[in-house]
Amino acid sequence: MIRLEPRANPSKTMVFLTPILAVIATMIAGGILFTILGKNPFEAIRIIFLDPLFNEQFASYARPQLLVKAAPLVMIALGLSVGFRANIWNIGAEGQFIMGAIGGAAVALAVHPLESVLLFPLMIIAGGLSGMAYAMIPAILKTKFNANEILVSLMLVYVAFNFLAAMVTGPLKSPIGYNFPESRNFQEYPSAHNAELIANTGLHWGVVMTLGLVILCYIILTRHIFGYRVQLMGQSPKAAKFSGVSPNWMIVICLGISGAFAGMAGLFEVAGPAGKLTTTFPVGYGFTAIIVAFLGRLHPIGILLAGLLMALTYIGGELAQFQLSLPAASIQVFQGMLLFFLLATDVLVHFKPRFEKRKTI
Amino acid sequence: MKLLKTLLAGAALATGLAGGAMAEDKTKVGFVYVGPVGDFGWSYEHDQGRKAVVEALGDKVETSFVESVPEGADAERVMTQMALSGHKLIFTTSFGYMDPTINVAKKFPNVKFEHATGFKQADNVSNYSARFYEGRTIIGHIAGHMTESNTIGYIASFPIPEVIRGINASYLAAKKVNPDVKMKIVWVYTWFDPGKEADAATALIEQGADIIMQHTDSPAAMTIAEEKGIYAFGQASDMKQFGPNARLSSIIDDWAPYYIARTQAVLDGTWTSTATWDGIKQGMVGIGEFSDKVPADVQASATAIKDAIVAGTMHSFTGPINKQDGSVWLKDGETADDGTLATMNFYVEGIEGDIPQ
Repeated sequence: MIRLEPRANPSKTMVFLTPILAVIATMIAGGILFTILGKNPFEAIRIIFLDPLFNEQFASYARPQLLVKAAPLVMIALGLSVGFRANIWNIGAEGQFIMGAIGGAAVALAVHPLESVLLFPLMIIAGGLSGMAYAMIPAILKTKFNANEILVSLMLVYVAFNFLAAMVTGPLKSPIGYNFPESRNFQEYPSAHNAELIANTGLHWGVVMTLGLVILCYIILTRHIFGYRVQLMGQSPKAAKFSGVSPNWMIVICLGISGAFAGMAGLFEVAGPAGKLTTTFPVGYGFTAIIVAFLGRLHPIGILLAGLLMALTYIGGELAQFQLSLPAASIQVFQGMLLFFLLATDVLVHFKPRFEKRKTI
Repeated sequence: MKLLKTLLAGAALATGLAGGAMAEDKTKVGFVYVGPVGDFGWSYEHDQGRKAVVEALGDKVETSFVESVPEGADAERVMTQMALSGHKLIFTTSFGYMDPTINVAKKFPNVKFEHATGFKQADNVSNYSARFYEGRTIIGHIAGHMTESNTIGYIASFPIPEVIRGINASYLAAKKVNPDVKMKIVWVYTWFDPGKEADAATALIEQGADIIMQHTDSPAAMTIAEEKGIYAFGQASDMKQFGPNARLSSIIDDWAPYYIARTQAVLDGTWTSTATWDGIKQGMVGIGEFSDKVPADVQASATAIKDAIVAGTMHSFTGPINKQDGSVWLKDGETADDGTLATMNFYVEGIEGDIPQ
């Protein structure tokens, strides 16, 4: 029998080192996996982690793409981290991402083909509000009926998927698309297009906004009373209550923030890289962002780095797939290992395993 | 110890010259798949085509693929990375890759692209698809004969012309031999989701269907049909191993001849942008062998239809055919032109229900 005993004083250094240890452990376990698959593990790891950054054939394209892929992950994870710090578990960011994309896209589709500089800001606001409104469902059910927000927010993801299918086969379907379930292409609608701001940099407004939000979250969480309240709520809801924090308001605010961030991320994605609403444009950013939030220790700067690392495994993973004929599933296993090792090392930092003989009764 | 040695050797190789410098004289051909190659349907058959290219052209080519690539931004990135890594020909094998293919093709004028089942073309982008509806006519004919409940269940993916064409072709062929036949259609809004496909099959069986047809990629419905003791048809690949008793025949996508020809054209420098829509005659659509559950006379008549389609004496859509609302679509003896087929967005007379709009 192994028993876990809480450590009285978890090492601060170790808390910051665990993500790095987890990455190293993932590389080792991943290397073994690739070896079993008959590939050269060092080459596979090099292609995944180094080629997108340094290979002269790919790097000039892959580096900007890292930003494109990381931006929605980081933006969503930032929002989630606020709630996670306060022990409020929004697992349905994917749903809020979808609703934000639909809400923002609907604004543009309603006024198409009007060109105006005001349109894109309006779309961002509509995207954020749609995501926020969708997150209010678990918030209200939690505060009024004490319904578990984990379940409610997760289940609402599937509702959002079906709503998306209804929208792209119904009101938001492109009139010039042969009945294919997709909206108009925003890349062909200048005012609504979330275009690259400087050619070949990958920078679009979503990336800029993400960087801004990293700084904003950093200030709010470390320098502002709200950050303190979030912390307090997470550590002791009772103490928070005594100090005048309303737990219900905290739930509404935290879910609202994470919903709004996810919604905006959805809008930036659909108006830019994805280009149009389709039933397949949500590719799981909302779920992957949960890994990113934890990998980044719920800290804004950590999340930024974790998002970039996650993006790296996607982009490098694709390279490894077609260069080494690795199956897609092996890359997914590889990414899964990252979270597994992070959680495992986390447990070991906070708990001490004790081996004892099983008592016979 | 031996493992350690291989690992060390591997490390040396990886850090050194293993970049991609090997065999620059080989022409690189890339494939982008929407599903896993193990879907035993759509992506599986495209990968069979890739393997046929390797077999036919041997060491003149080097092929690579990425599977389960979501349609949209990710697809665009995968294609770009392939082009950057020196691929000269890239097959993008799902409808949703159309705009990404066109976008990437603009940036790489020297790379040839082949997009499956789309309608856009460019100087370096060809498109190709198969006349799957010809296969539907044959399995519809068999289904019309074989159904006892006079109800055929149809698992449909998306309400796009391609899928609607398949529904119409199967229904017309079934109705021709069985005027009482009805078709129940379930829309699952996915190409590949074994869970949803299985649920749809179960729902159709509960509604009385005793034969299942599908326009989705996994063999899930076939396994359900086998369990429930009813019939089904293999889709995209033969699927016999999933329903040894249930499977009556199959529509097989055979991309191999096309992929070999197009790759050869790139090797020879004769590649030009084309739009291809091939059927049973050219071998792009194959009909799997008939199960012995299909009576000899039905086998014979199905074979006769196949021969007539190959000979060009028969077309799946030959008038008189009315649209669902009763208006005339094709007059007696008139056949549908490719333009109408490519944009088909209506049911023919007799099919119940509405196309989701």
